[in-house]
Amino acid sequence: MISLTDIKKGLLVSLWFVFLTFPLMVIKINPIDKVILWRWSNMYWVAGGSFLCYLAMQIYKTRKLTRQEHIKQGLIKEKPKMQFKLLSDPKIYLPTLAVAGLFFLAFPLLFSTYQTNIMITALMYVVLGLGLNIVVGVAGLLDLGYVAFYAVGAYSYALLHLHFGLGFWEVLPIGGLLAASFGILLGFPVLRLRGDYLAIVTLGFGEIIRLILENWNEFSHGPSGISNIPRPGFFGIHLGLEQSITYLYYLMILMVIFTIFVVNRLQSSRIGRAWFALREDEIACQAMGIDKTKTKLTAFALGAFWAGMVGVIFAAKTTFVNPASFTFLESAIILCIVVLGGMGSIIGVIIAALILILLPEYLRAFSDYRMLVFGAVLVIMMVFRPQGIVANIRRTYTVQKND
Amino acid sequence: MLELKSINTYYGNIQALHDVSLNVKEGEIITLIGANGAGKSTTLMSISGIVPPRTGEIFFKRKPIQGLSPDKIVALGICQVPEGRHIFPDLTVAENLDMGAFLRKDKQQIEEDLEYIYALFPILKNRRSQPGGNLSGGEQQMLAISRALMARPQLLLLDEPSMGLAPLVTRRIFEIIKKINRENNTTIFLVEQNANLALKVADRGYVLETGRITMHDKASTLLADEDIQKAYLGI
Repeated sequence: MISLTDIKKGLLVSLWFVFLTFPLMVIKINPIDKVILWRWSNMYWVAGGSFLCYLAMQIYKTRKLTRQEHIKQGLIKEKPKMQFKLLSDPKIYLPTLAVAGLFFLAFPLLFSTYQTNIMITALMYVVLGLGLNIVVGVAGLLDLGYVAFYAVGAYSYALLHLHFGLGFWEVLPIGGLLAASFGILLGFPVLRLRGDYLAIVTLGFGEIIRLILENWNEFSHGPSGISNIPRPGFFGIHLGLEQSITYLYYLMILMVIFTIFVVNRLQSSRIGRAWFALREDEIACQAMGIDKTKTKLTAFALGAFWAGMVGVIFAAKTTFVNPASFTFLESAIILCIVVLGGMGSIIGVIIAALILILLPEYLRAFSDYRMLVFGAVLVIMMVFRPQGIVANIRRTYTVQKND
Repeated sequence: MLELKSINTYYGNIQALHDVSLNVKEGEIITLIGANGAGKSTTLMSISGIVPPRTGEIFFKRKPIQGLSPDKIVALGICQVPEGRHIFPDLTVAENLDMGAFLRKDKQQIEEDLEYIYALFPILKNRRSQPGGNLSGGEQQMLAISRALMARPQLLLLDEPSMGLAPLVTRRIFEIIKKINRENNTTIFLVEQNANLALKVADRGYVLETGRITMHDKASTLLADEDIQKAYLGI
């Protein structure tokens, strides 16, 4: 099973890992006593761990290869993929869905306000992920400045409330529409761009919005932000802090359901098909009579619309906005949600959003290593499962129909 | 049906077409032949609006169409099969065909047209739920032509349908092109490097050299012309 060359390679790998992690794991400087602590035991752990990991990976690989060989020779039948089974068999996915639904409905009753608050944040990222999924996953336009639209939504609630006293429910659609018009504004200059160039322009756009908010004091109150933004009202009844968090939670659940419904309908609609087609071949799209301009702009506008609405909810949840909440890192996290979840796949994006937002909250004990783990997860995912946690179902569905 | 009046098309500063004029009558098969880089594809792109001409006029059914966006031109009934097929590799064959009918809303007739196309190319029916990228080159060309037919064009612009195909497959495709022309009275504007085959199916032909029309005549006359034979037919 394991050959000598494998062991040799494994030793090399572990040596390389020891070298890479040496400064981080072994050397520890104590600045008070001005001594260096050499933690040699850590080195052995790293070496042993990486060696074993490598061997395990190798064994897994050879097993997979022999299995494929056997399938080819007709010795054993190919099992349907796990993911496919989960999503296609109603006996499995209906109860799962019911349990998940009940869990989310009962969440605020079962857990503390703190937990509910975290869950609201996670749900907000679910909606943000689904919105960006329209732009990146479906239409294939790499957008690195998505957080700009989120900021537009949040600030539109903050400013409209400050100057005109508008309430949450009035601003929710206005914030969405404002963000959508900013999406169109960004869309026009980047219509001809694709790939890297598009990514750079959108990145710039995101930074421009943030810098304007930070420096235009008269307009946005600068880095000190705007506070005292009211939470959403409930038919004029005054709610306590805990009640209003619970209320916001259910609001967010409704929002998620609404988003899933719309995105799902969009993907199987004509415009959704046009987005898929535009991602694959622009010239052919034009030859088929698809209006390139309109199709791209709707993708940008719709994606931005969701970000804008979540922005309004964000402002209402934190009751305070400042430009520091809308840095590039936010865009990167939302993009990670889409890519890790699987481009174009709704379930994948939801799962990825929950994992990426909830795990760091619950693993606070390891918060020092958060970025390290995050980076490692990204690298590992891209190497072993580039299609994401749940690959786009649309294709699996059509192949199934074929048999 | 289609008339080009001295159009000049540029890519940036480089002029690709010099005063190209030609006309296509209803129900005809017209071919445009020429060497590599003569501007054949550019002529088609100019007609379909993807690379609009800088000067000159294009009339379709006596109405000017230059300056319209590509989707408006498709809506008028001009459909292009781009060079190199350009099918959607990740969409299934059926979805590819559905994209062809993107601008149409008559569901009943789309169904009928789909049946017609499956009768024309039975292989596409067998493979209708496979991704377009899994098809062979010849099948992809069939799919590209079928997809354009799904738009119910009055004028079909074909850009090098023989590119990269085996001679037998090419012949089959050309038979189908003739059949489409006969059965639906679809006017066909064919751009080809394979001048021999193209002139055999066409009614009339134009010869394009470095962006200028140098000759036009009946296809049979061109086929017999000595200069043409030397330059394009390798005789």
